[in-house]
Amino acid sequence: MQLMNIINALSLEVLQLQGDFNVEVRGGYTSDMLSDVLAHSREKNIWITFQTHQNVVAVAKLKDLAAVIFVNNRTPDEDTLKRAREENVILLRTADSAFGISGKLYGLIMPKD
Amino acid sequence: MSGENVLSQSFEIIGGNFGRAGKASTTVKDILKELGIDPSIIRRTAIATYEAEMNVVMYAEKGEMTLRVTPEMVHLHLQDQGPGIPDIKLAMKEGYSTATPEMREMGFGAGMGLPNIKKNSDLFEISSEVGKGTRLEIVIYLNPKVKANP
Repeated sequence: MQLMNIINALSLEVLQLQGDFNVEVRGGYTSDMLSDVLAHSREKNIWITFQTHQNVVAVAKLKDLAAVIFVNNRTPDEDTLKRAREENVILLRTADSAFGISGKLYGLIMPKD
Repeated sequence: MSGENVLSQSFEIIGGNFGRAGKASTTVKDILKELGIDPSIIRRTAIATYEAEMNVVMYAEKGEMTLRVTPEMVHLHLQDQGPGIPDIKLAMKEGYSTATPEMREMGFGAGMGLPNIKKNSDLFEISSEVGKGTRLEIVIYLNPKVKANP
């Protein structure tokens, strides 16, 4: 499913607009440990996390992730937003918990048995 | 094997500067992309460079990462000025970390850094002198056949 359709379906708030909203999302990864995401996320995944600092942008860029969703309405600082604009990393936000949004995203994009 | 460089570039890494952290790695990624390097090689290099860069940011005063691309390989050399690693075998163990509580709060300190580098390298060498610094050599071959039959 295209990222923009996921954003609409899950009513995600777009915090940073520079990037590819037409990208075909291939799954997601939920974690707050950066090395874990670096090792185990896959290209075009959506990353769901509580972390909002700048290093999140670097990891998302290095792994070619489709977007990052900040949970519990967490707000990144201005430096994070600026870096994401420079690196074309789309940042999203939800009021849901990591568990809640992971479940919704899974239900939306993962194939049903 | 030809020693001819396609490209060679060095990056300064400043210890404790979490704001700039990851810049060297993202620049290396952009360079490899520009050179048309295979995406799977870029992915492995990205993981190795980021983990190595973050180790310098978290633990050392400063360091330098040198990227060398030849027709055969991506070669990374890292040298830092820092506390060094007293027990390399222990540091290589997955799950072992000396990260501070502040670093862990930021999502660092999973104890996966050095193992992640090794996992994504074809050749990996680490040496360290306590009180002086740590040196890493990382090679990722562009053609997987070279690895099988060097």
